Amino acid sequence: MADVVLQRVSKAFGQTNAVRDVTLEIANGAFMVLLGPTGAGKTTTLRLISGLDAPDAGDIQIAGRSVIGDTPAQRNVAMVFQQYSLYPHMTVRENLAFPLKSPALRTPPDVIAKKVAETAEILHIAHKLENKATQLSGGEMQRVSIGRALVRTPEIFLMDEPLSSLDAKLRADLRIELKRIHESLGATLLYVTHDQIEAMTMATSIGVLDEGKLVQVGTPREIYENPVSLYVAGRLGLPRINALPADIFAGAPKGARTIGLRPEHIQHGAGKPAEVQRIEHLGDHTRLHLNLDSHDIITLTDAHTELAPGDTLAIQPTNALYFDADGARIT
Amino acid sequence: MAEIRIQNLRKEFGEFTAVQSSSFKIEDGEFFMLLGPSGCGKTTTLRMIAGLELPTSGEIYIDGEDVSQKPARERDIAFVFQMFALYPHMNVRRNISYPLISQGMPRAQVRAKVAEVARILGIEDILDRPVSGLSGGDRQRVALGRAIVREPACFLMDEPLGALDAEFREHMAEELRALHDRMGATTVYVTHDQLEAMQMGDKIVVMNHGVIEQFGTPLDIYDKPATMFVAEFIGSPSMNFLKFHGTVAPGTTAVDLNHQSLAIPAMQEAFEGDLVYGVRPEHIRLDDAAGYRGEVLATEYLGTTQIVTLETAAGEVKARIAAGQPARMGETVGLSFNGATATLFDNQSGRALRSDLNAGVLHG
Repeated sequence: MADVVLQRVSKAFGQTNAVRDVTLEIANGAFMVLLGPTGAGKTTTLRLISGLDAPDAGDIQIAGRSVIGDTPAQRNVAMVFQQYSLYPHMTVRENLAFPLKSPALRTPPDVIAKKVAETAEILHIAHKLENKATQLSGGEMQRVSIGRALVRTPEIFLMDEPLSSLDAKLRADLRIELKRIHESLGATLLYVTHDQIEAMTMATSIGVLDEGKLVQVGTPREIYENPVSLYVAGRLGLPRINALPADIFAGAPKGARTIGLRPEHIQHGAGKPAEVQRIEHLGDHTRLHLNLDSHDIITLTDAHTELAPGDTLAIQPTNALYFDADGARIT
Repeated sequence: MAEIRIQNLRKEFGEFTAVQSSSFKIEDGEFFMLLGPSGCGKTTTLRMIAGLELPTSGEIYIDGEDVSQKPARERDIAFVFQMFALYPHMNVRRNISYPLISQGMPRAQVRAKVAEVARILGIEDILDRPVSGLSGGDRQRVALGRAIVREPACFLMDEPLGALDAEFREHMAEELRALHDRMGATTVYVTHDQLEAMQMGDKIVVMNHGVIEQFGTPLDIYDKPATMFVAEFIGSPSMNFLKFHGTVAPGTTAVDLNHQSLAIPAMQEAFEGDLVYGVRPEHIRLDDAAGYRGEVLATEYLGTTQIVTLETAAGEVKARIAAGQPARMGETVGLSFNGATATLFDNQSGRALRSDLNAGVLHG
């Protein structure tokens, strides 16, 4: 495992600047998540590191050495894709062993057997080793494809939305499993997703991408509590942060155009009257859809609230974030 | 407008029973969710209401009239599918007006109707665009427009948001519900997404293996699950199950779990055997004084809250606590449970035992 460094890396496809002047350091042992919507440049960044694409400008170093001239194989990175690509005619054991059987590696058979057994254990697929890949469920197939990366000892694991095709329960299980694997192996991971829950729960560090630019890097807590822009503030938090005209409440600093209020940063019972429009009982809490001066606001309250549509609820900010006309944070 | 009553509805495909003797009632104007994992029979139920499948036995009443053996075209319903089926060679306006034109409605009237629907859906500016270049959301709006324009007595929707990505789905879910609130038409909606069901539904039917596990309001189903399946399927993370062997009798207010006394709502029935103490993650606190101990296996930061996974003597437990509260991996901590919210289950059958908490919602 090694440090991976991107220095001023750019990549365009025709007119589209997929990655723009990105400088990023992934420390040895980090679980870095690149977060952004479709088209933000996440996957391209991953492909540039793996060597599947070459940057137009900038340098990429792995373990202190530039790898720009290296082939994907020479870079010794392991990739896991969204669509599991297993060899359907092989058993799970053969699929897992395959990366180690490359003639160039000359791995002794007993070492291969041991590696495969260990990996299967970690991923809870030991009982399926003799099954054909086609006999597995979606979750099991994705475990095997993660396993195929794990049997190797790459410099870095590159994962491109590996959980997105799985159902919710399985995703939740695999989130914890990936985090555990990361901690127990001390692996370095770069993980790409548009799913904020994955980013928040697994990352030691999140990099937020916006149209090819890296706009903020920090721990999940830093990104959530101290976003540098309205864009970043909108990437984490469900329901999403409320963005309202800054003058809707008193106390906005000079130059503020927008006030950003996370649903839990709205105090009830004091301040300006808002009308309750809709109530969603989600079990552990309730979402209130409010209307204040013809702006929609979402806030949270107790699971068993007495409020009903049509009621009036006074609200005021408790922990406001302010943004200027360009969406940059004002502190 | 329509009230839909399902009576002992059953559907077999050869040897396979897709739906077993379902009965429930959908009130006029309700947004009604059919929820369950794939293969549970929810889509088959919807297709029978639509008339796309005929039931093996049982009845479907729409506004008091038995329609169960009538073909789809004789039922006043509109179906919205997961994959927006639009006519690719027609523009938005033609797609929406098609059902009306094929009914033989006069052109002026069609124009007025389409304009009205476009306004409701906020797609007036794309009416003359071809559907091929539209975004996923706009395509879905057009598909909805085509369903709405006929003014059917009820809408049937089969995972209409299933193909959209998470962020956009959230937005469309709100839009769809707001649309329903404006129009007030009875809507039956199939989903496997429990959050979507909780968020949008007035009532939910939870199905599993062709059987209705529970039927009720979102909050009742969440707070008072009738079975372990429901308790596990609804809520994220799902309800914690602590397994133990014990005895309860009417009036029992505590159970003994690994030599710790845990409070429960007063029991209304007797049981002896393998039991499950069910408690939701948000009703667990980390509390050094508590005798029930667990080792922290993982923490997951979620902004204001975090999910802490703990290993305990009776099984793995997930607690939802404030993000600011320290919980270190490897640490052993005490856990206290809010007993008033707990449900006891018969581990064998998965059935919830009757208590002061859930007596009102359990039937039979």
